Amino acid sequence: MAAPSHLDRAHGPELAHQFEDPAQQREAGTLAMWTFLVTEIMFFGGLFAAYAIYRSLHPAAFEIGSHLLEVKFGATNTAVLIGSSLTMALAIHSAQTGKSKATVITFLLLTMLLGLVFIGVKLRFEWYHDYLEHIVPGFGFDYRSAWGANAPEVQMFMVFYFFMTGLHALHMVVGLGILTVLVIMTARGRFSPRYYAPLEISGLYWHFVDIIWIYLFPLLYLIGGRYSTGGH
Amino acid sequence: MSTAVVDVHQTPPGSGVNYLNATYGIKSWLLTTDHKRIALLYLASITFMFFVGGAAAVLMRIHLIEPQGTLVQPETYNKLFSTHGIVMVFFFLIPSIPAVLGNFLVPMMIGARDLAFPRLNLLSWYLYITGALFLLYAILNGGIDTGWTFYTPYSTTFAHTHVIAAVLGIFINGFSSILTGLNFIVTIHKMRAPGMTWFRMPLFLWAIYATSVIFILGTPVVAITLFLVGLERIFHVGIFDPAVGGDPLLFQHLFWFYSHPAVYIMILPGMGVVSELIPCFSKKKIFGYSFIAFSSMAIAVLSFLVWGHHMFVTGQSIYAGLVFSVLSFLVAIPSAIKVFNWTATLHKGSISYDAPMLYALGFIGLFTMGGLTGLFLASLATDVHLNGTYFIVAHFHYIMVGGAVMAYLGGIHFWWPKITGRLYPDGWARFAALVIFVGFNLTFFPQFMLGYLGMPRRYAVYPPEFQVLNVMSSAGASILGVGYLIPLIYLVWSMRYGPIAGPNPWGAKGLEWQTPSPPPTENFEEIPVVTEEPYNYPGTAAVTRG
Repeated sequence: MAAPSHLDRAHGPELAHQFEDPAQQREAGTLAMWTFLVTEIMFFGGLFAAYAIYRSLHPAAFEIGSHLLEVKFGATNTAVLIGSSLTMALAIHSAQTGKSKATVITFLLLTMLLGLVFIGVKLRFEWYHDYLEHIVPGFGFDYRSAWGANAPEVQMFMVFYFFMTGLHALHMVVGLGILTVLVIMTARGRFSPRYYAPLEISGLYWHFVDIIWIYLFPLLYLIGGRYSTGGH
Repeated sequence: MSTAVVDVHQTPPGSGVNYLNATYGIKSWLLTTDHKRIALLYLASITFMFFVGGAAAVLMRIHLIEPQGTLVQPETYNKLFSTHGIVMVFFFLIPSIPAVLGNFLVPMMIGARDLAFPRLNLLSWYLYITGALFLLYAILNGGIDTGWTFYTPYSTTFAHTHVIAAVLGIFINGFSSILTGLNFIVTIHKMRAPGMTWFRMPLFLWAIYATSVIFILGTPVVAITLFLVGLERIFHVGIFDPAVGGDPLLFQHLFWFYSHPAVYIMILPGMGVVSELIPCFSKKKIFGYSFIAFSSMAIAVLSFLVWGHHMFVTGQSIYAGLVFSVLSFLVAIPSAIKVFNWTATLHKGSISYDAPMLYALGFIGLFTMGGLTGLFLASLATDVHLNGTYFIVAHFHYIMVGGAVMAYLGGIHFWWPKITGRLYPDGWARFAALVIFVGFNLTFFPQFMLGYLGMPRRYAVYPPEFQVLNVMSSAGASILGVGYLIPLIYLVWSMRYGPIAGPNPWGAKGLEWQTPSPPPTENFEEIPVVTEEPYNYPGTAAVTRG
């Protein structure tokens, strides 16, 4: 330990040296995650803004692009993700109310399972299928004659679709990594009703990733004529 | 370990256990989580980048001595100004005061042992280094010629240089900024010592806080934008390319949404430094504390509403231009509030002209010139004439070099005795400050005139009638270059041979001066309890709280 030990503060095993007490540490962690999520909102915000502007510039092409996506898979994944937010919240609640380690771990593993289902559906039924259909920009994207003059902008829609859902999926993968760590920490008995801040803070992140999808799903799959009048 | 403990207050200065000699070896530095050591890691790395960017500037000024150019091909000249801009903006100015002085001072000024997240802080430095390596790779392998703004479609479609490595470097470095800003925000909110209320904080911290807000709100947007540029180049897909329905103006909007606030990332911490120096060397309480504090926050907010003034001549809607023009004028208000309060602090103070104070006074004058010339550019009509000329170059160098770099050097000279525990030779330091001031003005004042006469920026050649002013500018640049080398030499010298400074050589207020120099690893023996207002200098009695 590099820090000199002449400071006679009562430091528990989970209290880092720079903090005075556990409450300060927990508050710092929570504020840090909220601040990070603000950054994340701006990160996705730039993309959402660009998407919105191009959508308004090229409504017909973006409508065609939207129709290339399968609503049933998007809807399934929306349900899966909302379910995973529920299991995440239940994991936190279980730790908070002093439920057994097995209960917390079960909910965490369920959350991971649902996260994996989401990524699995995305990879197998959507992205891989798109690849076979030659509608992945940069990987053999073919203009279809039915698109006519809209073809370049249809490709642009797909660029945004893959970049936004890809960035979202990357966040899911990071979330799965965090959940793995949480499972290990829980198994080692690190959490109790007095100390469960890592679970709570990770929960914030997981819910945030969920919320991003809640916006992505209608923006990419639903709006733009499929169910509105004047469409097809 | 406990037997090795020394009470630093009882030992002669310089011989106690402090953050510099607590542990030894390269590993103890590269794996340190001590905010003070990380500040020094940043100091070394940004100083290196400063001289990389400076070298590019020197080559440019040598080239421009003759109207037809003396040194390089036009293509190389493009790479020189691009390198200079990218290195100086992203790898020197943006991290300079926050990452070096902010890292060192934020915990000490609020009475904390470290930042809230020391390991995250170290990660920030590694991200900076990784980003810098990408950029250096791009420079050494042939360079980048897009300018620091990476305007599309040139950067995405036509440039045949190492754009991808450069934007990746900036992207990675962006996360360093974001994490540093996040760390500062949480630390300032949650780690203040008992009695350290928001309005007892040194104004430097208000400035750093405002800067951090810009870091976390702006940086992600430029990061994602440059990432899109990279994607467009790698996969040859249309995002900003007008040939496939893309909008190059959208790139400029997204770019300046960050890059205009980035100007305030550079200047706000400098304003914070000056707010510390002026009261200390006037031996007087700062005038109008709360006005200076809130003007920092006002600048941070306004900074996000003015980006369109970079796009007056791009075909942006004239109504948008009008609104952006008015909003840009508004920035002058909080900026002027600061200048008035600093000068009011000087009024009837007992002023001493130590080196840090010379930089602070230089800052006030040069920043004011930079700010006032900004009003020319915020006016739609004059901007049409001045846009794209050397007037712009002179204007932003008065802010970034005359302002930010002067403040950075002033801060380094002010806190150097605290950082190293040693004093530098005072005469040399004042001399260097003077050389830098003279060199700076000789370099950039002629550029105002060149710009007004119509010399466009970014050109490798110019009409012969502009030669006199260009030679003056180049002569100034060489003086400025020497001015920057002098502190490098005597500061390095002082680390080993400088006289012992003692805890508070300037008689300054603030918690960082109440601990030994250099400070112990955990900054304070006991967390201090703050009971007095900031800047409680002797000259306070005559002035009531602004």
